[in-house]
Amino acid sequence: MMADKITLEIARYSPEHDQEPHFQSFEVPVHKEWVVLDALNHIKDTVDGTLTYRWSCRMGICGSCGMMVNGEPKLTCATFLSSYAKNGEKIRVEPLRYFPIVRDLVTELSDFLAKLKKVKPWLLPKDEPPLAQGEFLQTPEQVDRYKQFSMCINCTLCYAACPVVGLDPVFVGPAAIALAQRYNMDSRDQGAGERTAILAHPDGVWGCTFVGECTRVCPKHVDPAGAIQQYKIAAVLDWLKSFVAPRGA
Amino acid sequence: MEASSHDVLMVGGGGAGLRAAIAAAEVNPKLSIAVISKVYPMRSHTVSAEGGAAGVAKPDDSLDEHAYDTISGGDWLSDQDAVEAFVREAPQELLQLEHWGCPWNREPDGHIAVRAFGGMKKRRTWFAADKTGFHMLHTLFQTSLKYQPITRYDEWFVTRLLVDDGRVQGVVAIELMSGKIQTILAKAIILCTGGCGRVFPFTTNAAIKSGDGMALAYRAGSPLKDMEFVQYHPTGLPFTGILITEAARAEGGYMLNKDGYRYLQDYNLGTPEPKPVLRCMELGPRDRLSQAFIKEHEKGRTIETPHGHVVHLDLRHLGEKLINTRLPFVRELCLKYQNIDPVTELVPVRPVVHYMMGGVSTDINGATPLRGLLAAGEVACVSINGANRLGSNSLPECLVFGARAGKTAAEYASEQKPASAAVLAQALDEEKRLEAQYLHKVGGRERVATIRGEMQATMERSVGIYRDEPLLQEGTAKLRELRERYADINLDDRSRTFNTELESALELGFMLDVAESMMQCALHRTESRGAHQRLDYPNRDDERFLAHSLVYRNADGTSRVEYMPVTITRWPPGERVYGQGKEHGEAVAAKRIR
Repeated sequence: MMADKITLEIARYSPEHDQEPHFQSFEVPVHKEWVVLDALNHIKDTVDGTLTYRWSCRMGICGSCGMMVNGEPKLTCATFLSSYAKNGEKIRVEPLRYFPIVRDLVTELSDFLAKLKKVKPWLLPKDEPPLAQGEFLQTPEQVDRYKQFSMCINCTLCYAACPVVGLDPVFVGPAAIALAQRYNMDSRDQGAGERTAILAHPDGVWGCTFVGECTRVCPKHVDPAGAIQQYKIAAVLDWLKSFVAPRGA
Repeated sequence: MEASSHDVLMVGGGGAGLRAAIAAAEVNPKLSIAVISKVYPMRSHTVSAEGGAAGVAKPDDSLDEHAYDTISGGDWLSDQDAVEAFVREAPQELLQLEHWGCPWNREPDGHIAVRAFGGMKKRRTWFAADKTGFHMLHTLFQTSLKYQPITRYDEWFVTRLLVDDGRVQGVVAIELMSGKIQTILAKAIILCTGGCGRVFPFTTNAAIKSGDGMALAYRAGSPLKDMEFVQYHPTGLPFTGILITEAARAEGGYMLNKDGYRYLQDYNLGTPEPKPVLRCMELGPRDRLSQAFIKEHEKGRTIETPHGHVVHLDLRHLGEKLINTRLPFVRELCLKYQNIDPVTELVPVRPVVHYMMGGVSTDINGATPLRGLLAAGEVACVSINGANRLGSNSLPECLVFGARAGKTAAEYASEQKPASAAVLAQALDEEKRLEAQYLHKVGGRERVATIRGEMQATMERSVGIYRDEPLLQEGTAKLRELRERYADINLDDRSRTFNTELESALELGFMLDVAESMMQCALHRTESRGAHQRLDYPNRDDERFLAHSLVYRNADGTSRVEYMPVTITRWPPGERVYGQGKEHGEAVAAKRIR
């Protein structure tokens, strides 16, 4: 039997008023189709206009509304209240872990954005044909090699799940590495060498201790852990090859 | 008050804004280019576009056929010179995206694959599964990162355009993170803020779609065009308004009423075939399909749910394999947000506000009548979409006219003088207004959400799929009342740091202006055309209304409507014919590509 009301314990923090974050409880109605984000909107619209969080598409594609829900990184637009309401549970909502908090449920993203840019996430072809020659040919199988890594919505749930990010803030992190690998695996791209300096650095793939939490929490099944493993194997093979063949051979 | 300065400033960082920024950077790498947006670029609403992007790509197709489908789809309200430029440049732009890495679906031989789409007589819609907008946006965003001259103001909210000496010279904006109010000067400004679906209660549009750019231009004295033309998409999921892409019908989905009957055959859209037929039945244009829903509802043949009446979209006969490879996002959305599996169950759908054909009036290069101000994408009305946009024309529109506006702005900015002192004084006035009206306001009794809810209900009632004079008069009076009550608004939140309640209040102010412009355009157009259907004037009236509405804002917040002729080049107005008629004898039963 589903409860008709549920309590949300929401982390509140305003740098203008608070020394540190604290929790505030709100009771909200449970409707079958309501997600955690609908409950936050209900509170903001009718109870407390100061509640602060990001959201936009409400369909799991813009990547804005990631938060910790009962300790798990979640897109709140895809997390139904009803899945918690069964046992009279409370729902604890906090900002994504390991990010600096701006206010309430809003985190600071500029460091993440800088990491994305660092891996040169754009196509680096060796010889780009002029547009007049038409498209680069790419078979469906060649698309499939990188497609999964191109599905990242930059929601940063994987950073909030990654214990290495928690210990070492310089670690490039799962989403940025997966994005680099998205271009490395693209048959139109020959920029892998330019991305090596970032990826093969101790703060790159070698920082990862392969906990696999990033892949588990990814709402888009991007499998960043797989991308990291794939890159490590390729890097080791290249390193071994450097012993058997002279450079440039 | 701090001020920064650039040559070209994009307001909005979605498909049109990023394409414009790159185009401007390529014209002249010495220019200082900036993109300001209230969200990070990859959160922009382009991300939600699903089905695809039209551009002639195969030997059986031609530019003229794409132009004809667009013009007839738009019920002859499109400017044909703009359509001709659009269909010519769309394939090049889509190819450019391919060169930047967009993961388009491919044929087995490695060439681009195209799919069928509503209202299109030939297969010409490029697609990246059913996340086309997502892939285009991320490709553009990632590509934009390599252009050094592009500065970004992420999560800054523009509140006003600064105009002096007859030209736009900058904006005032709030940095959300700090609450700082700043002047950003620019020689040319391109509005790329998208549409305004949030003036309605039930919409596919994201929360950020509040018509900001439309209101900014309108308040600065630049007219809006064709604001009465609101596209309802026939297949939205009830409650959430989540869009089920037209590709679901292009792949062979059926629309069924409560008796399991393919009801579109009763509405001049052709006869049902087991396989999809281009420009027929489920592949008819969006306005006709949404109107058919209302008629079907009046006949008592829709299905009642807690979130209003629905019909069913049936995909079951397509099979799990095709649904997984061609429509994976449709299945994901149904499962995750509606708890329904389209492989085994019927999907409940109803018409949902989707797109604004109207917008900031521009010429073929994106320029508005106000010097230094341009617009591109959904915020603009060039117009290629006329009275009804065809599915998969809006993504290439962002690219073609984004690129054109970017080039035009870069060339214009290279010849301009720096900003005048007068605009800095205007910026100080704006800062004072924001403080007095919102942050330091004493008293006030109205909540943002209350006024917003009443505005949305008013718009649905008065400017919905069918309109008439009494409803529009009633809506006009209600909007006047809401504008007065808006002045009595009170914010719970007076903080500087990331004040989203202030942002919502400013968005509501924009939406009230945009709503007024739509209401007045709808009231004055006493004919029915495309998405504008008047119960009291059921016929198209080319003699009086083969013309664009131009709406200007008066000082008191009311508006005045004027008309401007439509540009006709090669396609004189005709009748819109869908279904397997003689005129479209070449409509062929669709063959799946693979």
